[in-house]
Amino acid sequence: MKTIQHIGLIIFLMGLAFFIALPVTGTFNLSSKQFDDFVDQNGIKSERFINDIEQNVVDRSFNGMLSFAPKVTSALEKANAHHRKNKEYKKVIYTKPHDMAAVLGKKAGSGFRVENKGLMWFLTFGLGILGALMFILPNVTLLGKKGIKNNGIYHQNATNRGWIAWMVFVFLVSFYLILYFRPEYAVNWTYLVDPISEWLSGNLAGHWFVYGFMYCTVMVVMAVRMYIKYRHNMYQMVRTTSVLFFQIVFAFLIPEIMVRLQMPYYDFKNAFPLDYDFFFQWNIRSLVNSGGIGLFILVWGIVLTVVVVPVMVYFFGKRWYCSWVCGCGGLAETLGDPYRQHSSKSLFSWKVERWLVHGVLLFVLIMTGMTLYSFFSGSSAILGIKTQDVQNTYSLMIGAVFAGVIGTGFYPIFGNRVWCRFGCPLAAYLGFVQRFKSRFRITTNGGQCISCGNCSTYCEQGIDVRAYAQKGENIIRSSCVGCGVCSAVCPRGVLKLENGPEQGRINPTQVLLGNDPDLMDLVNKQ
Amino acid sequence: MQHIVIIGNGISGVTAARHIRKLSDKQITIISAETDYFFSRTALMYVYMGHMKFEHTQPYEHWFWKKNRIALLKAYVESIDHRKKTLRLKDGKFITYDKLIIATGSKPNKFGWPGQDLKGVQGLYSKQDLDCLEAYAPNNKICNRAVIVGGGLIGIELAEMLRSRNIPVTFLVREDSFWNGVLPKGESQMINEHILEHHIDLRLSTNLTEILPDETGRVKAIKTDKGETIACNVVGLTAGVTPNVDFLKDSGIEVGRGVKVNRLLETNIEDIYAIGDCAEQQDPIGNRRPIEAVWYTGRMMGETVAQTICGHNTEYKPGHWFNSAKFLEVEYQTYGWVFSEITKKDSEKHFHWRHPKEKICITVAYDSHTKRFLGINTFGIRMRHEIFDRWLTEERTVEYVMEYLKDANFDPEFYTQYEHDIVLKFNSEMGTSIAPKKKSWKRIFKTA
Repeated sequence: MKTIQHIGLIIFLMGLAFFIALPVTGTFNLSSKQFDDFVDQNGIKSERFINDIEQNVVDRSFNGMLSFAPKVTSALEKANAHHRKNKEYKKVIYTKPHDMAAVLGKKAGSGFRVENKGLMWFLTFGLGILGALMFILPNVTLLGKKGIKNNGIYHQNATNRGWIAWMVFVFLVSFYLILYFRPEYAVNWTYLVDPISEWLSGNLAGHWFVYGFMYCTVMVVMAVRMYIKYRHNMYQMVRTTSVLFFQIVFAFLIPEIMVRLQMPYYDFKNAFPLDYDFFFQWNIRSLVNSGGIGLFILVWGIVLTVVVVPVMVYFFGKRWYCSWVCGCGGLAETLGDPYRQHSSKSLFSWKVERWLVHGVLLFVLIMTGMTLYSFFSGSSAILGIKTQDVQNTYSLMIGAVFAGVIGTGFYPIFGNRVWCRFGCPLAAYLGFVQRFKSRFRITTNGGQCISCGNCSTYCEQGIDVRAYAQKGENIIRSSCVGCGVCSAVCPRGVLKLENGPEQGRINPTQVLLGNDPDLMDLVNKQ
Repeated sequence: MQHIVIIGNGISGVTAARHIRKLSDKQITIISAETDYFFSRTALMYVYMGHMKFEHTQPYEHWFWKKNRIALLKAYVESIDHRKKTLRLKDGKFITYDKLIIATGSKPNKFGWPGQDLKGVQGLYSKQDLDCLEAYAPNNKICNRAVIVGGGLIGIELAEMLRSRNIPVTFLVREDSFWNGVLPKGESQMINEHILEHHIDLRLSTNLTEILPDETGRVKAIKTDKGETIACNVVGLTAGVTPNVDFLKDSGIEVGRGVKVNRLLETNIEDIYAIGDCAEQQDPIGNRRPIEAVWYTGRMMGETVAQTICGHNTEYKPGHWFNSAKFLEVEYQTYGWVFSEITKKDSEKHFHWRHPKEKICITVAYDSHTKRFLGINTFGIRMRHEIFDRWLTEERTVEYVMEYLKDANFDPEFYTQYEHDIVLKFNSEMGTSIAPKKKSWKRIFKTA
């Protein structure tokens, strides 16, 4: 069994190596026909850009994106600078330089990887999945009897911030940086999943499709790991199945199929303000112009945030969203599970968390207020601040850097819920409801706590669960996403996630159950 | 300002300090020779197993003590002069107190076995024991086999720890079934099976006679009373604990096995109190033992003595007995009293149910004449403390407990529930026709 694991690891690393090598390899050869078609279809009016590309790019062979991309970006930048200087605003091209490099690169790619998409898929995704499963599945027997499987977590390099963890960190951060800021280097990855994308939506894959597909793949593989690790715990089994279902069906399949049906791309479970651009002008316009389904989405989006979300939180706590439905939560609970112990439990972190997460909520609300004001009044600025600038800042700083690069890239170092805990505005909103008007609580079982600290250690949200449990108090915290792991790892059966009457939900105690009944009454009622 | 000095920074001493601070402005000093900061002793096993780092076992961040003006002193108290109200420390310094709380806990039992002080022979109680184990049994190359002597809660924890690093373990148990002085036989039998499932070499009815050294003074083997010699590199002595009170020998404080205290947790000397594992009640309380070396009772004594010291004389009156443990993968909880066949009275009857496949079972004890519910042991099913505490206070019958058993279930959501099977068996054995009632939040929160 150990041997199978080792072979699996080697196969996985081979797949990973192919995947990592792809962005900088392959030839790019943009034919003049391809480029002419592109110019026609996109109505490009900048002859400077067209000439530049025709002279320097078209019908030339480039070895690797590293030599192809700079030609395109510099052509675009120079052309735009020229047009802006001459106030030829109709000729300015509003596609970002790196997106342009990605679009042209996608057309220009030629050679083995483009002609053998299936084989290339197998060498990257295929080997990765196969190797990972060979590494994970033997644990059914290797881990022994069912039960808590945390042996050695703090002895192992990968889960104790050793060099493997740092390598994973570098890989994840680089991956997100490419995705958000240098999409042209993801072009070769898009070829791998073209067949799947065409089958689903009829279109060739873009880098976001790569991301979506990879997201689902990683979640499925790591969910297998969850099923094995937590096979004694039905709550974890059901919850894992739920996040998997919502990710694959709602976040991945339905939007792609909607595109095939000429409908807008929409994830029906992605609620504002996590879905921060829902009220952006371009989105509202596109929805309004999409007829019945567009209007339905518009109404659903508003009802989801204003009615469905808070009502569900009242009955079940914010867990129904954060650890049962949400995509970010889904990745955190599968890929991120090996790193859950790294969330800081200090009081200081809690202070930082409250300022940051509520700060982001305020930011998104102000931005959306400005957006709607601009939408209805037609003025592009408020108090001299341009709505567009605020939107761009949010998209960059919060949408890309915080949620993506830091949120997921920092898994191996700061734990798997950095974004959910410190940044997600939806989590902050759900948190208010959970804290002040909900039936959800983690019940502490009388006086049974022995302060061992497993609950706090494995709380991904950095809640010092023990601080409550050892006082006999129920845990009512706005940040709790109800993953249920504190209850799972408790060796004495002290914690239970449950939805019950609001009365008695918060139970401050000084003296714990089990001691002198009179003393308990005397002290606890003071 | 009164100076309260507490010897020992375990759960008892620290609970006392916290509650004194809540109730008063007195100067508080905690002295410990073991560690700088309070940690959860029960969690030491998880550090060795790699579930946690040592710092995770500390329930309070370091700033907590300063903020609450609880002074921490790392020192060893050598003797007490109660006339001058002074403590002498090992480094020669003196400390004066107005009131003194002795909370020095326990130490592992050593019954005079030859070789019991060799290198590699240890208990599992203190931070130092953990460090020792890390040194002598870091992996199965350095420690080819460990022998554990004494089949109790610490013994099985030590076995689990060593198995987590794939170290072969031989487990010597004096009794003919694991912990059957406490557990009824059905449960004890189930744990025997569970121990074997974990590839632990369980030797029942076997005693240690001698520990043999190698030329460096390190343990190399043990001998049993069955005449067997077992080669090993580590011996864990886990045959219970004794109060850690040797330093009180000539202090004038009355010491039996532990420090003798009355219900106010006062010793025979004014202004000196004793709590936790090291305290011995002059008259045992109810069915309890005079010395209770349990986490929960240590905490309760700390809560209680703080009241007395702050001017509200309060007797130590623990409520209904409860306890919990974990045997490898099987969680155990108990509420009220369930005695083993060896210790129970004739009037105590048991109803036992065990899952046909899983390691899940319960035993309910009741009075054969009145049918009064006396207590429950559960293995692999979590139960609600508050509900059983209430039922014990209300002196419910065993039938009542069966009927409302669903109210007491504390397993996580979506777990399979066994109340129907349990009650079915109860009905068939007792000739009753109880139908279990659906769980009711209303009943559960009746008093809340």
